[in-house]
Amino acid sequence: MAENHERQIHLPFSEAFKIALRSLKIRFWRAIITMMGITLAIAFLASVLTSSAITTNLKIVTDEIPAQRLWVVVMSLLVCVVGITNSMLMAVTERFKEIGTMKCLGALDRFVVELFLLESSLQGFFGSLIGSIAGTLLMVLIQFSKEGKKVFSSLTFFRHFSINDIGCIIVLCVAVGVGLSVLGAIYPAYTASKMVPADAMRVEI
Amino acid sequence: MAEKDTRPNTVKTENLIKEYMMGSVSVKALQGVNVEIKKGEYISIMGPSGSGKSTFFNMIGGLDKPSDGNVYIDEIDIAQLDAYELAWMRCRKIGYIFQSFNLIPVMSAIENVTLPMIFAGVPNDQAMDKGKELLELVGLGDRIKHKPLEMSGGQQQRVAVARALANDPAIVLADEPTGNLDLRTGKEIIALLKRLNKEKNVTIISATHDLKMIDVSDRIIWIRDGRLEKIEERKEVNIRVGEMEGEAA
Repeated sequence: MAENHERQIHLPFSEAFKIALRSLKIRFWRAIITMMGITLAIAFLASVLTSSAITTNLKIVTDEIPAQRLWVVVMSLLVCVVGITNSMLMAVTERFKEIGTMKCLGALDRFVVELFLLESSLQGFFGSLIGSIAGTLLMVLIQFSKEGKKVFSSLTFFRHFSINDIGCIIVLCVAVGVGLSVLGAIYPAYTASKMVPADAMRVEI
Repeated sequence: MAEKDTRPNTVKTENLIKEYMMGSVSVKALQGVNVEIKKGEYISIMGPSGSGKSTFFNMIGGLDKPSDGNVYIDEIDIAQLDAYELAWMRCRKIGYIFQSFNLIPVMSAIENVTLPMIFAGVPNDQAMDKGKELLELVGLGDRIKHKPLEMSGGQQQRVAVARALANDPAIVLADEPTGNLDLRTGKEIIALLKRLNKEKNVTIISATHDLKMIDVSDRIIWIRDGRLEKIEERKEVNIRVGEMEGEAA
């Protein structure tokens, strides 16, 4: 019987996507600020990776990213996760009523989690796309001012499929950004989905 | 008085108890309520604020879990349902209307109305047709694309009524549906609910303060201090609604 019910209650992905996108649009500036956190962290990551790719390709230094630099990158990513979790918690709290309503209309816990994770991964995607492109461009320009024209000839996009390809760096950074955003949103989304509808709707903000 | 009512019970509660913890003190919001509601009835739950009527309403709607006792919807004990079955019941069996409308603010009227149908797996075109039909039924056929914030309170509540009816529920639960509305709009909503009750044989259960509600109810359940005070038939209640509201007849 339970399997039947599961099949009868569902939220198609396209609908979930539409709802998530609309929720972001209506809280546009809030979404932008959350996105900025991701953008900055990812831009930093991308610039560090790009700089190392260029120096490696130009054979200026032979070793990979120095440990200290890696440490700074990891720290900035941690700050980014905390920031995302914080803003997702806010976003979830102010929408308890909406969550309660959705559950009254027959939404499963899973739908609520799905909607919030979608929302945050969309934020993560656009934020880190902008961040990785900006970080890469900036670092290329900085290196260009130091090393001159040969920097451009050293740039590869998908030639080796390694961390020394600019294209791969951007893809990697976007993946990291989306991953972190989802990670930061899991806890608030899960908490929200577990609420009894009556409790969720009683909350007054 | 009348012969025994043989209609099946749509809602039945047995010794319903709900306790809340307020700090270290436990507060009994409901202390053993037994009620039977028949299919097709129009029921008002009356009581002063803090009497436990909203708690009772949440219990019979499956929106909150009782501390003790049972709630039966169509003879099924809802405590036995798992999450899927409970969601299914909220989706298909029960339509909810709230005092504060609780429409999803980012969605237009038609999207709000079609959302429960999407959850229920109704194909998009069919859901849109049905949604339009329902919005026309509540008199909002020309406002289907409006967002909740672009509508008046009465219009929002009518959208909520249409949404409650989306999956042809057997029961409509209304928590103070006229609480945020002015007199005339409140009357329109009540008339609308009564019409649905008559035409579609939907069981309507409404927690309310509103004496206008009594006039259209089959029975009135009075709750006080978490206990069932009395159940009255409409004809036993001796009030003249017009006078109570201070309105010329």
